[in-house]
Amino acid sequence: MTDIATRATRRVASPGGRRRPGGGGPRAGTIFAFVIPFFLPFVLFYLVPVGYALWQSVRVVRRTGGQYGTSYTTFGGFEQYTKVFQNDEFWSSVGRIGLFGIVQVPVMLFVALVIALLLDTPLLRLKSAFRITAFMPYAVPGVIAAIMWSYLYSPQLSPVVDLLNGIGLHPDFLGPGAVLWSAANISTWLWTGYNMLIMFSALQSIPQELYEAAKLDGASNWTIAWQIKVPIIAPSIILTTVFSIIGTLQLYAEPAVLRQISSNISSTFTPNMLAYAVASGNNYQQAAAISVVIAVITFVLSFGFMRLTSKRAGL
Amino acid sequence: MSKQTVNRESQVSRTAAMALMLLLAIYFLLPIYFLIVAATKPQGDLAATNGLTFSHFNLFENLRVLFTRSDGIFGKWIVNTVIYAVFGAVVGTLISALCGYALAKFQFRGREFLFSVILGGVLVPTTALALPLFLLFSATGIVNTYFAVFLPSIVSPFGVYLARIFANAAVPQELLESARLDGAGEFRTFFSVAFKLMTPSLVTIFLFQFVAIWNNFFLPMVMLQKESLFPITLGLYEWNGQTARAPLLQESVITGSLVSIVPVIILFILLQRFWRTGLAAGSLK
Repeated sequence: MTDIATRATRRVASPGGRRRPGGGGPRAGTIFAFVIPFFLPFVLFYLVPVGYALWQSVRVVRRTGGQYGTSYTTFGGFEQYTKVFQNDEFWSSVGRIGLFGIVQVPVMLFVALVIALLLDTPLLRLKSAFRITAFMPYAVPGVIAAIMWSYLYSPQLSPVVDLLNGIGLHPDFLGPGAVLWSAANISTWLWTGYNMLIMFSALQSIPQELYEAAKLDGASNWTIAWQIKVPIIAPSIILTTVFSIIGTLQLYAEPAVLRQISSNISSTFTPNMLAYAVASGNNYQQAAAISVVIAVITFVLSFGFMRLTSKRAGL
Repeated sequence: MSKQTVNRESQVSRTAAMALMLLLAIYFLLPIYFLIVAATKPQGDLAATNGLTFSHFNLFENLRVLFTRSDGIFGKWIVNTVIYAVFGAVVGTLISALCGYALAKFQFRGREFLFSVILGGVLVPTTALALPLFLLFSATGIVNTYFAVFLPSIVSPFGVYLARIFANAAVPQELLESARLDGAGEFRTFFSVAFKLMTPSLVTIFLFQFVAIWNNFFLPMVMLQKESLFPITLGLYEWNGQTARAPLLQESVITGSLVSIVPVIILFILLQRFWRTGLAAGSLK
């Protein structure tokens, strides 16, 4: 009753409902026509697959009778998820990617920040050339970047290995301990410039007057950079961190290419490779559960990181 | 601090900054330089000569081999990549622009809710979508066709997000009001007034989506078995996996990699300013 009453008053309060107060607003049909070309594919190719993955992840395949019985799918509750959490391969892939992320993301973002800050000082010449050089790898797809680097890692072909051999070092970029970091290097090469450009764009939008006063007080470029500029662009740094966390958890192409030349990368090296390997074995329900767990970890980490940092930064 | 010490300090920092940037530039350029050198060599010289110095110039022969291998399948992959990445991004930009413009300029019930749902899509890992999409597409028979890669690629929630910001910033409300008073329909207003004002930002959206599709390896790998439908990345990946058995493929993988990244790098450099507007808008909001 009260619900209907409030709804009625609300309708009175905004006469015409969907028409804007100016009176010139478009009709609902027109708005629909603008929105639907995006929204329909969005529903079909984003929302439906998400729903379908959730549905699949609570299904199990059972068999009637012994080995020759027929199989059927039925509701299995959290059975698939229990299996994911009991799967050692899942945990080692998550551990591997966790280690990768804890080292690679801070290193990459630190280098990106240093480049962005340097490009924003009067210290450097050839700035736009440097900016383009750092950003260029972003034009290279992960697969091709991994192919290029795998030649530089290969003991037979690599000029880098030749060079290091020449000075008495004998690196094995594809060895069991090193291959994770060789993959990390490819990600760093690919994404440093992109992250740098996000930070650099933020730096460029800071009004110069903000540090004029500090300059008059004799503050060095170093002080201005770390005490004034970095805190101001903190939101951009947080954003690049979140993007990097999402990217790390999805890692697939680079280790898949390295796997072609190194026996030290298993088919379940990253969580995504595991999901694909499980799906290739026709166990789609288990693969769906793995995908859902990866997506949930992604959400939790990116939201968690945003909350944590925004609280600390007092934003 | 006397003026002289300041100068000396800045001289030192100048040199240090320059040295650091040069080192980083070498790091970023090294793989590409290696690729250029390797693409000009005959297969036999790859292992036999130093990877950083040119030897026999064999680029044209390498290109001929690349484009004639397996009945010219590499050319087919280029065409496929253009279909997926260029057409996909054009269609994607257009539908993102329409939706983002409506979200920015029209008042309607559920607008904010709709926007939050779309924005939530930005955080969904696209690789998590590929496997369920494969199953849905197998059920409908779309798997292993152009549509299997093209259709999911046109959807870019980030594009809608950018389009909304850009439409708010670039299209003044008064202009729309006067167009309406003149009796122009909403679509005519959009295409004749708003579209022109939004063009620079549409280029930015196009670039982001182009790169996302160009980079997307997991989706085509899951969807496609037919080699004739592959994008370049998937094709080169397959070839690269065969080099252990067919070592002569190595030179084609290298030349093919170079051929496919050069036009995109040139496009990037030419359209540099559009990246910066997009990245600034994406990070400030």
